[in-house]
Amino acid sequence: MSARLGGLLFLALAATLPLWLREPYFLAILTSTSIFIIAAISLNLLLGFTGQLNLGQAAFFGIGAYTSALLSLGFEVDIGLPSPVVVDPKPVWIAFVGAVLVSGLFGGLIGKLAFRVRGAYFVIVTISFAEVMRMVALNWVDLTEGPMALNNIPPLSVWWPGAGVTALVTKAHQDWLVLAVGAVCYFLVARMVRSRMGRALIALRENEPLARSVGVRVTHYLVVATVVSAAIAGAAGALYAHCVRIVDPDVFLFIYTVTMVIMVVSGGKGTLAGPVVGGLIFGLMPQALRGTAPPEVQWIIYGVGIILIVFFLPRGIVPAVADLARLRLPRPRSRTAKVAP
Amino acid sequence: MDQILQHGLNGVVLGGTYALLGIGLTLIFGIMRVVNFTHGELYAFGAYLAYLFVALLHLDFFLSIALAALAGFALGALIELLLLRPLRSNDIDTVMLVMIGAWIALQNGEQFVWGGVAKLVPSPFAQEPLVIGPVSVLPLRLFVLGATLVLLVGFYWLIDRTRLGMAMRATFQDRDTAALMGVDVRGIYTLTFALGSALAAIAGALLGPIFLVNPTMGNLVGLKAFAIVILGGLGNITGATIGGFVLALVEEFGAGYLSSEYRDAFGFLVIIAVLALRPQGLFALKGRVG
Repeated sequence: MSARLGGLLFLALAATLPLWLREPYFLAILTSTSIFIIAAISLNLLLGFTGQLNLGQAAFFGIGAYTSALLSLGFEVDIGLPSPVVVDPKPVWIAFVGAVLVSGLFGGLIGKLAFRVRGAYFVIVTISFAEVMRMVALNWVDLTEGPMALNNIPPLSVWWPGAGVTALVTKAHQDWLVLAVGAVCYFLVARMVRSRMGRALIALRENEPLARSVGVRVTHYLVVATVVSAAIAGAAGALYAHCVRIVDPDVFLFIYTVTMVIMVVSGGKGTLAGPVVGGLIFGLMPQALRGTAPPEVQWIIYGVGIILIVFFLPRGIVPAVADLARLRLPRPRSRTAKVAP
Repeated sequence: MDQILQHGLNGVVLGGTYALLGIGLTLIFGIMRVVNFTHGELYAFGAYLAYLFVALLHLDFFLSIALAALAGFALGALIELLLLRPLRSNDIDTVMLVMIGAWIALQNGEQFVWGGVAKLVPSPFAQEPLVIGPVSVLPLRLFVLGATLVLLVGFYWLIDRTRLGMAMRATFQDRDTAALMGVDVRGIYTLTFALGSALAAIAGALLGPIFLVNPTMGNLVGLKAFAIVILGGLGNITGATIGGFVLALVEEFGAGYLSSEYRDAFGFLVIIAVLALRPQGLFALKGRVG
């Protein structure tokens, strides 16, 4: 109960932040951090609740970013058909929905392919997938502009009562929209995890042969989880495209996946709050370090940070804090009545 | 026809170093069950040391390559002792995360020390290509091919003919039984990781003079090494050797006849295709090293 209250308080605080934090620079940081938290939430659904280490999550993020950008800009591409495929510019919200759908579709494809294998193989398939996507984005210049990047992507827009469709150009408005999408994703994952499907996922994380033997459709649930996870990552990518308003092939870089992994693992994989806590720490830390350290030193700190967290807080910050809080509360008698070793 | 021969020769030259990389990675996975994400960084480490010794300290070229291999061995041993030995009882994913952290730290350490500008390692070989019948090849590349073949033979001898190799094979097959038979399993782990790292470093030192040396060179190579290992079946040394040559030839012919822009993508497409069609690898031998 208190966790839910804390969550609502946190959401309220985050939502009112743009009112008293008027510096556009800080708001931009807040927006980009929130976008990465959404991506981390999507990764946590797979990594945390099914135990599958997907190191290609940046692929779905990038697919979402490119799909939304291309749909909202319109494109013309020759794919060998008699006449080239022409797509007129679409409103941003349609582009956003398109990005979510296309990312989810790719999630389904990769899930069907990759879940024939587990463990190390799965990890390598997902890395390869992201790397292939990056090369396609880099080399399919007719569609993606390659290294020249897609520019002038229209800003996010929403339908507002009385005002019609308005573009969100101010940082505060962008921030609110990202926050709203983030809250929806969070509650979606929370619902899923507490449903029958979530219990199935956790069962297969803990003991796959056992889960299989009691009739859990392991592969089916894994593919569904991948589709949802990819769709959420795609939503994060689409938000990124319309907030930053430029997309280049670097969105597929492995380092973005690693950033999401660090956020999830440090916060606590398999906890709902974990990606949010980890995301806040590792989203804001680079900004704090920006003035004092060159980027490679930041990344060294990241790398060493992962190692230290695995060694000293293997379950992440959220479970560790929860343990601490439980220790300080007076325990019910029945729980403490343990047999001394 | 001449063109086919030329592509074939280029592929074989590249394939030798790919095989060295693949063997190191597959050895580490087969014996230790560790997915080694630092492998590409050891390759970059070897290349940078070759640059340091040859270009900055003006040491002998061949001595420099040997020193780079030794340094790779030492760094590998250090990583094993510091990061892997304490986590021996943890699951494969936990260890994988630590290796990712080490990878990021090493790569950016290289960037920090050497800067982002690509370096060229000078070599003592003539710059004019040797023309052999219909094909031509740089003497340096011939040296690299010769060196990798010698190393491959030496490695097979080590695994197949020595007591140490026997201990490694025993650990691979059944680590508990090997330990009961008096094999120092912990020592074998450290040695395996150091040896695999030395192979990666020497591959980097050999390719350094052919390609430019830059801080992110390890990324693509590390992923390609995974492609080679998957092609050959995880833990299969002969498979990795063949896989190295196969991947290099696929890249070379793919770049020559299909699309040079997607050259580096072929490896990943190979991974995805192999895992979709034949997940156990193309040359799966059950539970054997060698």
